[in-house]
Amino acid sequence: MATPLGLAIAARHLSHRRRQTVTSLLGVALGVAFFIAIASMMQGFQQDFVNRIIDSSPHVTIKDEFRTPPRQPVENVYPDAVIQLRGLKPRDEVRGLRGARAIIAALEQLPGLKVAPTLAGNALLRYGPKDSSVNVIGIVPDKERLVTKLEKDLIAGKLEGLYTAANGIILGEGVAQKAGIGMDDLVTVVSPEGVVLRMKVVGIFRSGLTVTDNFDTYMLMKKAQVLQNRPNVINRVRIRMDDVEQAQPLARKIEARFGYRTESWQEQSSNVLGIFVIQNVIMYSTVGAILIVACFGIFNVISTVVFEKTKDIGILKSMGFRDADIRRIFVYEGLMVGSIGVVMGWALGFGLVEFMGSLHFKMEGFVRAEGLVLYKSAKHYVISGAMGLTASTFAAWLPARRASRLKPVDIVRGAA
Amino acid sequence: MTPAIPILEARRLTRELPGPVPVTLVRDIDLTVAAGEFVAITGPSGSGKSSLLYLLGLLDTPSSGDVLVDGLPTVGIPDNPLADLRLSRFGFVFQFHFLLPEFSARDNVEIPMRRLGLLGTGEIRDRAEFLLETLGLAEHAHKLPEQMSGGQRQRVAVARALANDPAIILADEPTGNLDTKSAENVFSLFRQLASDQGRAVVVVTHDTELAARADRRIHLVDGRIVP
Repeated sequence: MATPLGLAIAARHLSHRRRQTVTSLLGVALGVAFFIAIASMMQGFQQDFVNRIIDSSPHVTIKDEFRTPPRQPVENVYPDAVIQLRGLKPRDEVRGLRGARAIIAALEQLPGLKVAPTLAGNALLRYGPKDSSVNVIGIVPDKERLVTKLEKDLIAGKLEGLYTAANGIILGEGVAQKAGIGMDDLVTVVSPEGVVLRMKVVGIFRSGLTVTDNFDTYMLMKKAQVLQNRPNVINRVRIRMDDVEQAQPLARKIEARFGYRTESWQEQSSNVLGIFVIQNVIMYSTVGAILIVACFGIFNVISTVVFEKTKDIGILKSMGFRDADIRRIFVYEGLMVGSIGVVMGWALGFGLVEFMGSLHFKMEGFVRAEGLVLYKSAKHYVISGAMGLTASTFAAWLPARRASRLKPVDIVRGAA
Repeated sequence: MTPAIPILEARRLTRELPGPVPVTLVRDIDLTVAAGEFVAITGPSGSGKSSLLYLLGLLDTPSSGDVLVDGLPTVGIPDNPLADLRLSRFGFVFQFHFLLPEFSARDNVEIPMRRLGLLGTGEIRDRAEFLLETLGLAEHAHKLPEQMSGGQRQRVAVARALANDPAIILADEPTGNLDTKSAENVFSLFRQLASDQGRAVVVVTHDTELAARADRRIHLVDGRIVP
């Protein structure tokens, strides 16, 4: 009934107070725009990182380790007793995954899974006077190419090189650069067991994940077993899944069935994923702070309007406007500032994102990238819009409530 | 309207401002106003003229006693129905015009009608123009209050008070800020509203000359009616 009238009055109030209105509009707009820009940057980076992890590392890894020490006989006999055993530690499997072939065979039966066995260990890479410590991963190339994107990541050489060369090794780009190693160079690999192998570099890869590129090397499983002096041993089974979201439940299932420690990609990258949570908290609090400042702007404008318009409120109420009608007028003002500010903020945020997308520079952190990876999502617009509108409505609500409680008789008496 | 039921009636109306030293604004006022009657309330400053008018206009709540509109008591009516009653039955004119400064004369006159919502947009506009025309303001309809003279503004305020065709017009020193000629104009306007249109008009004024032209004059001293 009074909706268009209330709106009309609200609009006039704001348009007659242009500078203040514009200031508070800008407050909301900047808050919304920064949220969109920051969210797109952060999420872009996070998603890019997760994608790289999902792309280049296995989704589930079975390790030859146990999470908990085996249950001791005394605990079985006295299940309710308080027992403390000292020096108990999870069993160390010198022989790698027992029954690895059976595990692999069982997993290969499951739909949507690709499975590759590996033997991972440490070694010293010696090239000229330079020694570098590296992870040596023994693989079966035909299975590996199904599970990781090592083959795609190769910037020099071929995965088949491992078969054709007598002792072939593939190095991460960082490993090669640090020691100044090129393709076809001969390197010496020394294992903790004391085995020394002369190997030929048949490939160099770049995954984009700094840790991987700087430390990982690949060779045939057989060579790795010789190097580590662990014939026929497999200590990792790596699994790639069609549906990455199923990694955690699958890992739990495998661990429950075989007992070995089984990690999903989320668990393996939990340190980084934990940082993302903190990043998001920082982002939300920064943007929250901007919006709170914007709130003060709106609060200020509407409080001023209420103060200046006391006489108008008096006459409107004596005329027969209800408390709610008056309150609505000022809440509308907040909503107007809020919604126009949000739309401006959307436009500004969109522009900022486009601008950031046009920047190009090299950076190296967790990942190697050129320019900012941006994630554009309608969700950011919805969230920022909702936050902006809520904030401005709330900021308007307080002065509006005050206005609606003014008694007309006090106003006309005071003025007359 | 039968004269048996007065359109506006005050019964033992008392208003005190609470506080460490309570102040009595009006005390034991009995008053009836019939349709078509023009009543002037006079009295020295601080005698409670305006307070009485606000009580009659349901803007203030009496400490005791009651105000009857169309014979029905109003004490105890919640705020919202009370606002609705003011909207449909009362028209107020104050010493200061209280026009909304952002709105043109016509928009100001339209506001009470739009709030009441009984008429369509076109009808509201027509009625606003008609009212302004009767008050000789036809060519000022589009002007903002600040572009008009004091007398013109006060006439716009009268037009606004008449917007919803109220039975009761209450005016608080409507001529207080006007020069003699404008005051004369506005006063004869109230005279007409009562005599020609049959509205109950109650005007608070300290101008005894003008008050003398009312049907009835009520003199207040210290919140009481004195004969």
